[in-house]
Amino acid sequence: MSTTSDVAMADSTRRRLELTSSRLTRLERMMEIRLVEDRIQELFAQGLVSGTTHTSQGQEAVAVALAAATRPTDYVSCTYRGHGVALALGLTPEVVLGEVLGRQIGCMGGLGGSMHLSDPDVGLLPTFAIVGAGTPVAVGAALQFSVTQCDGVAVSVFGDGATNIGAFHEGLNLAAVWNLPVIFVCENNLYGEYSPIASTTSVTDIATRAQSYAMASEIVDGQDVDAVEATISRAVERARTGGGPTLVEAKTYRYVGHSRSDKATYRPEGELDSWIARDPIELFAKKLAHDNELGGESVQDIQRRQSELIDAAQETVLASPSGSIAQMFENILAPSRH
Amino acid sequence: MRLRMNQAIALAISEEMELDPRVVVFGEDVAVAEGPFKTSEGLLAKFGPDRVRDTPISETAFLGAAVGAAMTGLRPVTEIMFIEFLGVAFDQLVTEAALMHYMSGGRYNVPMLMRASVGSGLGFGCQHSQTLERWMLGTPGLKLAVASGARSAYGLTRAAIRDDNPVVILEPRSLYGQRENVEPGEESIIELGTADILRTGNDVTIVTLGQTVRVGLEAADSAPWSAEVIDLQTLMPWDKETVLHSVARTGHLVLVEENQYSGGWGTDIASYVVSEAFSDLHAPVLRITAPDVPVPYGPELEQRFLPSSAYVQDQVGALLSTKKTPPPWWEEFL
Ligand SMILES: Cc1ncc(C[n+]2csc(CCOP(=O)(O)OP(=O)(O)O)c2C)c(N)n1
Ligand SMILES: [Mg+2]
Repeated sequence: MSTTSDVAMADSTRRRLELTSSRLTRLERMMEIRLVEDRIQELFAQGLVSGTTHTSQGQEAVAVALAAATRPTDYVSCTYRGHGVALALGLTPEVVLGEVLGRQIGCMGGLGGSMHLSDPDVGLLPTFAIVGAGTPVAVGAALQFSVTQCDGVAVSVFGDGATNIGAFHEGLNLAAVWNLPVIFVCENNLYGEYSPIASTTSVTDIATRAQSYAMASEIVDGQDVDAVEATISRAVERARTGGGPTLVEAKTYRYVGHSRSDKATYRPEGELDSWIARDPIELFAKKLAHDNELGGESVQDIQRRQSELIDAAQETVLASPSGSIAQMFENILAPSRH
Repeated sequence: MRLRMNQAIALAISEEMELDPRVVVFGEDVAVAEGPFKTSEGLLAKFGPDRVRDTPISETAFLGAAVGAAMTGLRPVTEIMFIEFLGVAFDQLVTEAALMHYMSGGRYNVPMLMRASVGSGLGFGCQHSQTLERWMLGTPGLKLAVASGARSAYGLTRAAIRDDNPVVILEPRSLYGQRENVEPGEESIIELGTADILRTGNDVTIVTLGQTVRVGLEAADSAPWSAEVIDLQTLMPWDKETVLHSVARTGHLVLVEENQYSGGWGTDIASYVVSEAFSDLHAPVLRITAPDVPVPYGPELEQRFLPSSAYVQDQVGALLSTKKTPPPWWEEFL
């Protein structure tokens, strides 16, 4: 990659750009996300973390694909289920795990916790713990690109359940009316909290909702990282060239409950297994093995290497102090301009 | 009987539903899943899907529907899972529900209850941990109560469902799992607008609310001075008589609030007592609150946010001995 400021480049930006270099890095990043989130659940189980967390095991392909299809200078708004997107965009495992564990190494200095991740170096807006809130905000980021005549795009990532809230509909309409460069990415994992989509949502395919706003839309297999990347890339291309917004619906699944305390007993028997049979990481690993793109390593070797990196990251995080009392009083208002 | 606060709430709703077929319940995951905090356990099984409904994630729609249903004959009980989510539907509460009676010249009533979980202490971070009474304070047309445990949750909930006005009950989330003695029945219904004197004393009146009730009681229990601890229970309208009466005896008023200092519920009470009973006071009114910061994540920091009983004891002790308000703990950080 060619850049004049390699020295000053943030870790997250470097990691983001790596993602575009090869499909192997994408596989590694998907494994990393899975490992970090498994680790987060273990740490919760051990009582090392307070509060709650929402993990995204099973949805890694969407996160990595959207990161690969966009630039670090684009903007992304995401939800409380944001570890995967944050890591995909380039935030390091240290910064993400650190925030989840309330350590100063975390992206909010440990004062935010699992639901509050962000990094301007890769355009990740602070993740939104209020359902729907990030969608109009992404529209605003796209407005900025439009007003300043940049070819940047904004991406709003949200769940199926979020498409029942006013902010979603208002956001889509405004983006369409103003023809803004924004891509709405719905991770349709079939549940909003404990409710199956059919009990709360009048359509089966979220993508059909784009028609109300005369907006382009596409449905994609969310377990196929190449397919998601291709779909989002088409939408990004449309947005960058003045073609306006797109609603992308990725059909996917979360293997675990909504949040830490949810055992997900509301799922029909066999549903989870049928999704695990199409695990996005395994599918992609097989594909790369078939295409001879594993760099001479076995999947197990790659997995082991990733796992060691996460071990090291966890150690670094555990050595970082917890957020301090003084930090409670910081970053509330922007510093005054003199 | 010993009940957890969430059980007491479910029981109160259930009893009112039995008595009055117009009472309906809806909110996110309140029916099949019986509530994210299990505050509607058994309701769907007992009353069926017509009266107990899950909603989409559509706070504006279901709060607005509660307003319309209430105006036309039902008595809806709705749940806002975390009080912050009210933000997306605020209009329906403060500009619609609260004003319908007024705007109809008194001809429409809005008998609805909006319950919401509130408060810090469970590690949910800055967008899920506030109490936010202040959003509603001073809104004409609304009643606002705050539960402090199973007993008051039961009594307030039953009263609120019977009230002909829009009532908000805030439920400190960290108390859902805690048990208290509840005697189900009409006698345990708590009239909205009444405070409860939980502990009598002579040196100082400590007014508490929600999560700070326990804090105030603990501080008083081991203190060298004698405190009267009042659970305010209702903020709108609040029980002026009980508070003034107590202050007239003790000469000292301390308000223990979970909210940030600026704009907290205690400001209203402090200003009223100072205006109405200045000559009864032997010292300035002391407000013990959280600092003006968002609720931090991480157990140590979050514990610091909510005033602790040890801190309350120190502050009250300083007030009584110096007759001045001591500086808050956070002064050194400003
Ligand atoms: C306005 C608002 N209402 C309710 C919630 C509580 N809540 C958090 S996540 C969630 C489910 C969201 O489902 P979906 O949009 O499908 O996303 P997923 O969690 O499946 O990724 C709910 C109801 C919230 N955070 N904000
Ligand atoms: Mg979902």
